[in-house]
Amino acid sequence: MTDALLSVRNLRVEFPTRRGVLTAIDDVSFDIMPGEVLGVVGESGAGKSLTGAAIIGLLEPPGRIAGGEIMLKGQRIDNLGAEAMRRIRGKRIGMVFQDPLTSLNPLYTVAQQLIETIRTHADISEAEARKRAVALLDRVGIPAAARRIDDYPHHFSGGMRQRVVIALALCAEPELVIADEPTTALDVSVQSQIIDLIKEICAERGAAVMLITHDMGVIAETADRVAVLYSGRVAEIGPVTQVITAPEHPYTVGLMGSIPTLTQDHARLVAIPGAMPRLNAIPQGCAFNPRCERAFDRCFAARPEPLPRGDRRQVACWLYDAVAPAAEEKANV
Amino acid sequence: MSDALLKVENLTRYFDVSKPWLNRMLEREDKQFLTAVADVNFEIKRGETFALVGESGSGKSTIAKMVVGLLGASDGTIEFDGHKMTGTAGAEMRDLRRRFQMIFQDPFASLNPRWRVGDIIAEPIHTFGLLKGAEVSNRVGELLDTVGLSAKDAEKFPHEFSGGQRQRIAIARALSSKPEFIVCDEPTSALDVSVQAQILNLMKDLQDEMGLTYLFISHDLSVVRHMANRIGVLYLGRLVEVADGKRLFSEPQHPYTRMLLDAVPDLALSGRRRKPVEGEIPNPISPPPGCAFHPRCPLVMPRCKVEAPVQVPTPTGRAACFALEKQPA
Repeated sequence: MTDALLSVRNLRVEFPTRRGVLTAIDDVSFDIMPGEVLGVVGESGAGKSLTGAAIIGLLEPPGRIAGGEIMLKGQRIDNLGAEAMRRIRGKRIGMVFQDPLTSLNPLYTVAQQLIETIRTHADISEAEARKRAVALLDRVGIPAAARRIDDYPHHFSGGMRQRVVIALALCAEPELVIADEPTTALDVSVQSQIIDLIKEICAERGAAVMLITHDMGVIAETADRVAVLYSGRVAEIGPVTQVITAPEHPYTVGLMGSIPTLTQDHARLVAIPGAMPRLNAIPQGCAFNPRCERAFDRCFAARPEPLPRGDRRQVACWLYDAVAPAAEEKANV
Repeated sequence: MSDALLKVENLTRYFDVSKPWLNRMLEREDKQFLTAVADVNFEIKRGETFALVGESGSGKSTIAKMVVGLLGASDGTIEFDGHKMTGTAGAEMRDLRRRFQMIFQDPFASLNPRWRVGDIIAEPIHTFGLLKGAEVSNRVGELLDTVGLSAKDAEKFPHEFSGGQRQRIAIARALSSKPEFIVCDEPTSALDVSVQAQILNLMKDLQDEMGLTYLFISHDLSVVRHMANRIGVLYLGRLVEVADGKRLFSEPQHPYTRMLLDAVPDLALSGRRRKPVEGEIPNPISPPPGCAFHPRCPLVMPRCKVEAPVQVPTPTGRAACFALEKQPA
């Protein structure tokens, strides 16, 4: 586990407000191996996008990293200055946002934006950069790339724009791509094209992907491992096949049961009662305890540690702790 | 009397998207029209859930708005329980209007933030003069109870509720005029999956209890499969296939339906290799001639490029495709 490309340890993100400090991400740890696709799922407000923003250093003030470490290939990046971070952003970590229209500048042609980005990170001539940009657009599947490169973003459809954004994220050959809901704004038929493209192109270049989405289906098809977030904490993390076919955390079980599928009939869906707590009202102990059917005393007293289940999986739930209740005090400290 | 509660025939809607008059004159351009819905026919039987699926721009919401009368139809007829909706006005129309309601996609936009929840739910009761005085607040309490909230919530404002709870309020409001028919336009698209499941369960329970009929509109095929008895698939404002709920998924007929099903990410991890989907939806202002789907269709024939296919019966319903006509019945 030492050769992780990205290693997030005990990350904590806080928002100071007039009524006290809200903890949006609380003690989140995970690794991404080189070339791996890690899916991050959760409902709105679970802290998915904030985790991505924290890694790439784009937390909006007053949000701030209040604890923990983020290491990129063993180098700490969470405490870098603005200038050093700017050099990593785009060069070593690429980013694909949800809405392709707002992540492109409407006043510049695609060529200008791509060439600028390429030349920021590589010392090459404009003509050379343009050649590279055309090749890149061609690779992401834009027909007649050499001609369309001089178009403005509004000339492209939603799916095509997202392809441009992917080209932009990949133009400096980053080691890690953070894709934050890359297909949410797109239609299903286009969504599958974009997912395939991200997966293919990252595999081709050996880039790791952190895929943030609320859509379990996308994760199932794309990711190698998945982290399930709830209230800013990791509920369960493990290989996709295990988490989807045999979820262990009661939240993951409920989440999987509440998704209607295309192949099975359900008279009723398994609904988790209630909703995710607001940040100022996260209960003591396990954040999921008010909605959990299997909660017991310990869940209300202490927050569960991520417990190893098998060699690649961790579940933060006391149900899976074999330790006698006497050890509870220790875990609490 | 037939058991069709809603009957839609040759429904068409186009929008004028021309430039202003002066620009047209200077640039010598003609008026431009966008055909959002073209020649759509379907029937909804009493007590069933009929779903319309399609990608953005396929005309789903336009049909919903025309069915409830928020938009006029350019051509075609909508019949509700034997009464033509076009041409009906005054007291008769008011009476019809009470019998159908709508649930909108975004519960943050569909509830007035300055009104108390009780007033929001009571509005249809007052508008149609159904109850008076204390009966109104009793009824509001009952409705809140029905949708899984408490009668005390009537005093609160919408901002005090989460998205799922707001959608419950919107459902209570839709139920308050005791309708028979509810148009649900993407009722769960703005909600998280665990909350979506609660709302879908609630809608099914209400249907069983009150014998409601739903027109359910969604882009999410798995949700539609869960909810609908019959499904219509829209592409560029044209109804390409209508089929029985589950059979649409096991035996898709139209090539577009097949493509759509192939594109849905698979949760079952069957390792199924998806066929790559070709192309994107064309511009509805200048749709391709003939069958609108032909530029993306794997089964395209020369005939598809010149002639628009008409609906033919299929084992599961009906579909508009020339490739299906050739098959022996």
